[in-house]
Amino acid sequence: MEHIVIIGNGISGVTAARHIRKLSDKKITIVSAETDYFFSRTALMYVYMGHMKFEHTQPYENWFWKKNRIELVKGFVTTVDHDKKTLVLAEGKELAYDKLIIATGSKPNKFGWPGQDLKGVQGLYSKQDLDLIEANAPNKEVCNRAVIIGGGLIGIELAEMLRSRKIPVTFLVRENSFWNGVLPNGESQMINEHIKEHHIDLKLETNLVEIIADENGRAKAITTDKGETIECNVVGLTAGVTPNIDFLKDSGIELGRGVKVNRLLETNIKDIYAIGDCAEQHEGIGNRRPIEAVWYTGRMMGETLAQTICGKPREYNPGHWFNSAKFLDIEYQTYGWVFSERIKKEQEKHFHWRHATEKICITAAFDKDSKKFLGINTFGIRMRHEIFDRWLTEERDIDHVMQYLKDANFDPEFYAHYEEDIISKYNSVMHTSLSVKKKSWKRIFSKA
Amino acid sequence: MKAIKNLGLVIFLIGLTTFTVVPVLGTFSLDQSTFDQIIKDKNIKSDVFIQSINQNVVGKDFNGMLSLSPTITSALDAANNQHKKNKEYKKVIYTSGHDMAALIGKKSGAGLIAQNKGLMWFLTFGLGIIGALMFILPNVILLGKKGIKNDGVYHESATNRGWIAWMVFIFLVSFYLVLYFRPEFAVNWTFLVDPISESLSGNPAGHWFVYGFMYCVVMTVMAVRMYIKYRHNVYQMVRTTSVLFFQIVFAFLIPEIMVRLQMPYYDFKNAFPLDYDFFFQWNLKELLNSGGIGLFILVWGVVLTLVIVPVMVYFFGKRWYCSWVCGCGGLAETLGDPYRQHSSKSLFSWKVERWLIHGVLLFAVVMTGMTLYSFFTESGTILGIKTQSVQNTYSLLIGAIFAGVIGTGFYPIFGNRVWCRFGCPLAAYLGFVQRFKSRFRITTNGGQCISCGNCSTYCEQGIDVRAYAQKGENIVRSSCVGCGICSAVCPRGVLKLENGPEEGRINPTEVLLGNDVDLMELVNKK
Repeated sequence: MEHIVIIGNGISGVTAARHIRKLSDKKITIVSAETDYFFSRTALMYVYMGHMKFEHTQPYENWFWKKNRIELVKGFVTTVDHDKKTLVLAEGKELAYDKLIIATGSKPNKFGWPGQDLKGVQGLYSKQDLDLIEANAPNKEVCNRAVIIGGGLIGIELAEMLRSRKIPVTFLVRENSFWNGVLPNGESQMINEHIKEHHIDLKLETNLVEIIADENGRAKAITTDKGETIECNVVGLTAGVTPNIDFLKDSGIELGRGVKVNRLLETNIKDIYAIGDCAEQHEGIGNRRPIEAVWYTGRMMGETLAQTICGKPREYNPGHWFNSAKFLDIEYQTYGWVFSERIKKEQEKHFHWRHATEKICITAAFDKDSKKFLGINTFGIRMRHEIFDRWLTEERDIDHVMQYLKDANFDPEFYAHYEEDIISKYNSVMHTSLSVKKKSWKRIFSKA
Repeated sequence: MKAIKNLGLVIFLIGLTTFTVVPVLGTFSLDQSTFDQIIKDKNIKSDVFIQSINQNVVGKDFNGMLSLSPTITSALDAANNQHKKNKEYKKVIYTSGHDMAALIGKKSGAGLIAQNKGLMWFLTFGLGIIGALMFILPNVILLGKKGIKNDGVYHESATNRGWIAWMVFIFLVSFYLVLYFRPEFAVNWTFLVDPISESLSGNPAGHWFVYGFMYCVVMTVMAVRMYIKYRHNVYQMVRTTSVLFFQIVFAFLIPEIMVRLQMPYYDFKNAFPLDYDFFFQWNLKELLNSGGIGLFILVWGVVLTLVIVPVMVYFFGKRWYCSWVCGCGGLAETLGDPYRQHSSKSLFSWKVERWLIHGVLLFAVVMTGMTLYSFFTESGTILGIKTQSVQNTYSLLIGAIFAGVIGTGFYPIFGNRVWCRFGCPLAAYLGFVQRFKSRFRITTNGGQCISCGNCSTYCEQGIDVRAYAQKGENIVRSSCVGCGICSAVCPRGVLKLENGPEEGRINPTEVLLGNDVDLMELVNKK
């Protein structure tokens, strides 16, 4: 029986394992040094905030793995020997494989800041990081202030976590507005406001210079490039992530920033594959980056690779881009591509609508000549994935999207609707006279 | 704000403490004429009992029910024993000792509590309400911006099965035990609400009136908490208003007013088989003897169960009843909301659930079948089994212990829908309709799920919502009561409760939306 070994029990590795099991009878082993069982990394924040217990982040009950004959090995892989098709674990144990899937995910970026390895300095990625933040910042008496470096999705989550225990937070962001490398200005501005509403001390265009230690080797303050010194007990490093592949350095597997893979998710070595955060495409697919450190793409790569491994070779071929996040109280969804002003192309034009009082807004991107709809960002309004996916496939124009927006609304029943308001702004800036079409179940469920 | 909250807590606890000690306080003195009236009303023929009470109770002062109750129950037991021994079956008293103690206590209450009903109401209910509101209202400011407010749920003793939760558990279980099995200790509570009862039905309050009134008060106060906690969520606001309305108007006010109008006491929204004694002989007789309104209720009760309930479930899912109308659901969604996370999501629990709830439904149907058979044939037994004893077993095990003591008493430990999930026969019936013939579903939003587990954690019915959401599969489970909290707590906008065409309602998927189209079709088609 062919033995498939998967390094990493995150969403990518576990999805691959589940689908291989569905398609075949192969022997499957998952190796992880992080936890005994798969858990949802994206939910770690809720454990610290007291919304859930750690066990709630585990999507499958513990009996699931045995029942599905997925063997779990707790161990840290130090060496991959592809000649002998063997892994060596930290304690010297060896594990033979027929096919190997590398799904080791990421680790937090450290950019060589002085003091970055002090006690009290940490990222927020792994279960170990969760344990660490619980120890470092159990309450506001032990942690009088935390400083977070890096204005991305993990940074704002860490800020929200600490604020849930009333710990004062200073948030250093390199850009002049939160996440504006990704978000268009209007949205980024709104999130800036919302961060401040949550009593987070947001410092834009500010960089970390040094983390200062106390006599016990613990962080006690940081200095910024604006000459400021901020006393703190915890420093959160959340300036992005890098593939977690140090153990592969001398393995002969071709590496860039991540493990280099082709569209079949194969590495340069036969029978070795890489998926998820740690995989790097030779060239980005469409508008995507070569490395996609996103939950959904990890899952898709797992789904795809399982087919290949089970004798039906499939290229990784993700459909229309989508993503989601939550900024404190504001939900964010995106479908298709909406680029920030900093990187968008000349052809891409935006229509932005923001609610007069509430923190709700949308930005729709379209081609300025053809009016082809390119994508939408929504904040505080939920949208139906299927509808936007269909519109993107059908290459609808922006007028169509605006008229049929009610079909796409996914807010809970009885929620206020903003389509009328949105379209009247659209009409006024675009000099059109469109009107909102009534929601139609028939359209929603028609499989075009 | 914090200070107001803490002060509110202290005031609430004073009210609660007073309420808790009231049952054992008070003076009872039974005079001869009152006792004679009781003998007449209850048609008591036991000379032994009458003599014993005349000797030991009448004209004496009793300090608290703890001394009165044993005197009466032992007198009644002794009298019945003697009559049974002498085969004087006509003299046996079939009222239980505790009910007799409650009756005599109610008629003979004197002293502080019985004479200061208004003041005592204020010191119990009044302080409880004021304190609770002072504790809850500051949250408008303290909870900050609109949004999901579950911070610290698993850090707090009250909501994480800590010592406070266990105290609440003990209190609730004791309360239900008193209500069902020691009603004489509820007599002093009835005095507190006598004025309210008299203004509604014209009669003094019984212990079930206390329960009904308290139910409304607790739901109202905890509804305020719901309004504040979910103030961003219109679905929750509307739904809370609806359950509150049906509890206060349909379950509480209308039946009391009907009594005043010489009509049968009836809750128009309480559908059989949840209303398990609807077809009991005494109820059918009462309805048939009540003229036009009785007949109307009889027809309504049958139509409600056979037509209205399933048709509404077809259009809206069982939520229209379970989390919009039902009293049990109403309490669960208000008082029980802080405990919703305790329902077990294991596959094992789901198996237990299916056996238990369908077992209870079967029990209710068989019992009702026997009841109707006995009613029409006028025979008390079927195949040697006494209909009466089957009814009594159901009333005790299901009606009192399962629905009351366990259903509500276990809120802080097993979550707020223990009864609805494992026991309610109506829910089982609605569940069949919802699962097999309904337009209701919880739609999963394509591939957006991140498996975080908030939905499963906060599902009061113990549905592993995430198991479906992460597969891109709609949720069409018979047990879903449509409370809408999974959708509310989802951080990524993945879940939406909706009624739509039946086609495509169930959509099994393995590969989720967003991956290459070929692959999706390949895997999902087989």
